[in-house]
This record gives sequence, structure tokens and C-alpha cells, in this order.
Amino acid sequence: MNALLHGAVYGAVIVTVLLTITALGLWFERKFAGRMQSRLGPTMVGPIGLLQPVADVLKLLQKEDIVPRDADRPLFDLAPLLSAMLALAVAAVVPFSPKAIASDLDVGVLWVLAIGGLTVIPTFMAGWASNNKFALLGGMRAIAQSVSYGVPLVLAALVPVILTGSLSVSGIALWQTHHHWIVVWPVVPGLPAFVLFFLAMLAESNRIPFDIPEAESELVAGVTTEYTGMKFTLFYMAEYVHTLVGSAVAAALFFGGWDGPFHPGLVWMVAKTLLLFVSVYWVRWSLLRLRSDQLLALCWKWLTPIGIALVLFAAAWVEFVPGEL
Amino acid sequence: MMIQPELELEDEHDADLMLLHFGPQHPSTHGVFRMDLLLDGEIIVKATPYLGYLHRAVEKLCERLAYVQITPIVDKNDYVAPMTNEQALVMGFEKLLAVEVPRRARWMRMIFAELQRLASHLLWLGTFTLDLGGALGGGSTLFLHCFRERELILDLFEEVTGARFHYNTHTIGGNRHDLPAGFAAKVKAALDTIETRIPEYEALSVDNSIFVARTKGVGVLTGDLALELGITGPVLRASGVDHDLRRDAPYHAYDEIEVRVPVEHEGDCLARAKVRFAEMRESIRIVRDAIDGVPEGPINGFKPVRQPTQVKATSGQVYVAIETPRGELGTFVIAGSDPATSPHRLKIRPPSLHALSALPYILPGVTVSDAVAILGSLDPIMGEVDR
Repeated sequence: MNALLHGAVYGAVIVTVLLTITALGLWFERKFAGRMQSRLGPTMVGPIGLLQPVADVLKLLQKEDIVPRDADRPLFDLAPLLSAMLALAVAAVVPFSPKAIASDLDVGVLWVLAIGGLTVIPTFMAGWASNNKFALLGGMRAIAQSVSYGVPLVLAALVPVILTGSLSVSGIALWQTHHHWIVVWPVVPGLPAFVLFFLAMLAESNRIPFDIPEAESELVAGVTTEYTGMKFTLFYMAEYVHTLVGSAVAAALFFGGWDGPFHPGLVWMVAKTLLLFVSVYWVRWSLLRLRSDQLLALCWKWLTPIGIALVLFAAAWVEFVPGEL
Repeated sequence: MMIQPELELEDEHDADLMLLHFGPQHPSTHGVFRMDLLLDGEIIVKATPYLGYLHRAVEKLCERLAYVQITPIVDKNDYVAPMTNEQALVMGFEKLLAVEVPRRARWMRMIFAELQRLASHLLWLGTFTLDLGGALGGGSTLFLHCFRERELILDLFEEVTGARFHYNTHTIGGNRHDLPAGFAAKVKAALDTIETRIPEYEALSVDNSIFVARTKGVGVLTGDLALELGITGPVLRASGVDHDLRRDAPYHAYDEIEVRVPVEHEGDCLARAKVRFAEMRESIRIVRDAIDGVPEGPINGFKPVRQPTQVKATSGQVYVAIETPRGELGTFVIAGSDPATSPHRLKIRPPSLHALSALPYILPGVTVSDAVAILGSLDPIMGEVDR
């Protein structure tokens, strides 16, 4: 009962904080993109446009909820809800400080990968239920991409698991506070594994250059073509939360989580997460989009073999280098 | 040589194939272009372009207007390069009416045409990367930067003509507005800025590995097919055909200045991008060479008229073509007799229309993503395609 209460309280806090950060992240991304594109970004709503996300959400709430005539109504309604829920669910095992974890699962890494992998289901549901050809093409692409990129994601996440001997996200972070950050040492499986994890994470949360299920210049808006108002907002929010939580997981697995020169650890965890989050923007607003077959080729011909090599190397490191574990 | 794009299908409603109506309302159709794509998965089996969504009966309208009234109408045809539209039209009328254009006006027209080419190619680069990268991504970054530089050229045009876009600065026999004082210095300053930024754009596009992956070997158009379809301009030159009216049939003052024609041989989207980048640099060079050499003298060789109906052509038919940013823009005029103040028939030959006619040949076999890249690389302007 105590654990349930703990989970409920922390869960509520983390969801609230995540959604607030997401709203601020939206503002920051628009400012950031604006500066990159030699314009100002939002300036009108609130001081330096800070209330722009609030205005955006209020506007989207007022939009008419349009459902296509031949849409598969239950699936069509469920998809955005499920998408947002799954994105938030991953956050359950993310340790924001040694204590601030909604649920300190022993198999936290597995949970992250499993729930993260499930996010493709609502995306395809949306694509199928919309009864729209562009949405269907987007859903097909999402399946191909997610199934492929799940493999390097798992392989990359295995490297810290092998090096630390723990499947718990907080356990991996704790190991790093006692020893060293995995991205720093051993640098060979550590740093490339982080890059691999980050790329696969981008692919799973459909961010450029991996946003081909949306690909608005090709597929109008891909799976979200037929969605309006709050349902569209949920999809949009899910994408952001997914990216944010993915950044947090990467920070915990590879950058020592809450480890930092002074207390409290929460500051460090948040700082590392936001730094990774901003680097996602940076990538997004500079790169063009790959074609879907090129994405799959990249995954199967490069990322997956590299991932396997990294896992083998990590295993060898643990086996042959004395003083580890 | 005849090439048939027609595909023999057992049954068009084959359950394995999907018909996708691509456009006219679509983010990447450059206006209101529509093509019906028959898809096998994501591979295009057959592509059928449909034109006419932006048809405004411009040619018919021109038959009802006096010769001097037509210029502002054609500004709206190719709305990315209005200067060259006007030039092609007035040159047709000048030839019909046997009017001599003063040398200063011809030099000015040449400078305007090259600046317009630069502005048009900048806009093309922006929209092309938008096609490849999306409005919410790296594509829009380059897009907005291209617009920033294009703005410099529009400012120059505004200073001369008072209008940012629909200039109406060319008249039969010359130009309406003379160059303002200090114009040469401003042009040079703008060109210097643009020239320093072109390498930045190249780093984000033709030197970027994702851009190359998306464009190299995509949408290969052979020189023979391009010639067969009447394709001109950068698309033709990217297919290895060395053809440029500025050099091959000089007009304005191109015979007095060196015109170097960039040619690429691959015929793919990357080659088209490279040709346009080279043309941007070439345009900068031509304007730099020409801006100090603009001769003094009158800018209009035609006696001013008080009434539009005073300009009359009794007989004859002429065809005049110039090299616009998109290729050969031709004007074919048959003089009217009833009334003699309007053309009996005015035919505008738009380069984009011919470029689009390549789609049924080069789209089958590529994916929907590539179709967007190929369409963007042809640089169609629906305003001039449909007129």
C-alpha cells in the first residue's frame, strides 16, 4: 500500500512537471528555431512570448473535433490517448534523483524499451483508423521504422546494462555515481553506444531526420492528417514527452543521472536532460529528412551491426578488464 | 524518337495498387498542381499530371487589351520571376512593331534579368529544401535564409520601380523607370552579401550528405528525352545539353558580355541543384561586370502615346524567346486587324509546362518521397504553367 501511495504521488508530480517542461520546451524550441532562422520566434503572448504554449493549447481546445465519415471510430479516438499515455508511462522508471522515482522497477531498462516500443501501435492505429491514404502510408512507414530501430535501441541500452550489471535505471545511475559515467569510460562501447541510443531514440519519437511517418512535405501530415483539436494536441504532446523522457533516460543510462559536483542531484539530472533535449532541436532545425528506405538501410546495414559489436565489446570488457563490477 | 509513358495495366483497379491523389491541395505541389499516382506500396507505378487548377485565361484576356496594357498582366504568370515575363512580352511587341530599344535600356534589362534569376534560384533553393526537409525542420531554416537574401534583390527592384513584385517597368521600346543615383553601389553591396552566403547554403544543401542521399541518382532525365519534350533551362543543362539562349541567340546586351553556361551531365536532382548554384554565381558575375558598364542615353526609344489605342500593328506574326530562370519563355504574337490595337492571338510558351511533362516518364519506379524531390527539382511555377 505504501509503495502504491509513493508511486501515485511521485507519478502525479512527475507527470505534472513533465507536461510543464514540455510546454516550456515548446516555447524554447520556437525561440531557438526562430533565432536559427534569423527571426524572433514568439514575442506577443506574455513576456518574451512565454505564454505562447498556453495560447496554442487554448486555441487547439476550441477547434472542432472532426472525424472522417468512414473512420474506425474506436481506434480513431483511442490512438491519441494511448500515444500520450505510453509516452508518459516511460517516465515511471526515470530516476530524477535517488529518491524521486515513481516506481523503481528492478527491470526498469526493460520497461523503457518495452513501453517505448509500444508507441508504434497508436501511431499505426491512427494511420489505419483515419481511412486516409496519406495517413495509411505514414502508419506503414512508422511500423517499418519502429520495428527496425527497436533493435539498435535495445543493443545500445544493453551496453550500460552489461557494464553495470543492473537492469534497473536507478541502479545504473547509482553505479555511475560510485564509479564513472559510462559515456566517459570505457569510452569505446560507452560513447558510441550513447550516440546509437540517441539516434534510435530520435527515430522512435519520430523526430527529424527520422520523422518520416509525419513527413509533411510528402504525406501532408502523415498519421495526424485527419486529426484536429485536442486529439492532434495529444499526438503532438506525446511526441514532445517521448523526446523529453528519452533524453532523461539517456542522461540516466550514459551521463550518470543525478551525479554532479554538488547537491541536490535533481538539478544535475534536469540539466543533463534539458541539454540533450535542446540538442534534439538543434538536429531537427538543421537537417533534412532521409527517405524511408534509406533510413532502414542505415539501421540494418550500419547501426545494428555496430550495436552488436558494442555489446560484444562491453561483455569482453567486463570479462577481461579487472577491477570492474 | 517517340517515348510512350503509357503503362499497360491488366486492371487499373488491381487490389494491390493504390491510387493516390497527390494535390492540388498538398504542401509540396508548388501551388495547385495535381498528379494521380498509382502506387505499389510506396513505389510509383504510374503518374498522371493534371494541369489547369490555376488557369486564368491570361492569353484570352490579352486579346482584349491594347498592346501597352498587357505588360502588368503577364507579371502574374511566373510570379517568382516577373521581370523576365515582362521582358519576353515587350520584346515580342517590339519586334512586331519594329521598335528599336536604346542601348541603355537593353543593359538595364540584362541587369534586371540576372538579378531576377538570382532571386528566383534563391527561392527555388528554399522551396526545394522545404520539400526535402519539411516545414518543421532543417528545410525551413534554409528556406527562411534564402528569403532573407532574396529580400535584398526585391529591395533593389523596389528602389527602381516602386514595386516589390509586380513591377510593370518594361514598356514597348524601353524601360519606364531609370536607374536611381547610387544604384550600382547598392547592387554591389547586395551581391557581396549574397556571394558570401552562397557557400553557407551549399554546406546545407549540395555538400550535405542527407541532401546528396536524397537527390543523387534520383529522377534521372536523359538529354534526349529532355530535348524531345522541349525542356529548356537549368533542367536541360543538368542533363548534359549545352543550350542557353543568352549565349546561343543573344538578346538584350548579352552579345556584349561574356556568358558562361554551366552544364552538368548526370541529369538527376543533384545535377539540377548544382546547375542552379553555378547559375547563381554566374548571375552575380554578369551583374558585377555589367553594372559599371551601363551606357548613358535615353531609356525609351518609343514615342510616348496619350491613348493606349494609338499603338497599332496591322499585320505580321513574331516569335521571341528569352532565357528565364526556368528556361525558354517564348511570346508568339499575331497582329490583330479588328481591332488593330490588340493582338489577334498571343501565345506564351512557358518553360515550366514542358518541365512538368517529364513527370510521367521519370516518376515510375521511384517512391512518393522521391516524387516530391523530383517535382521540386523541376522548379515548376503553376502560374505560368496554367496561365
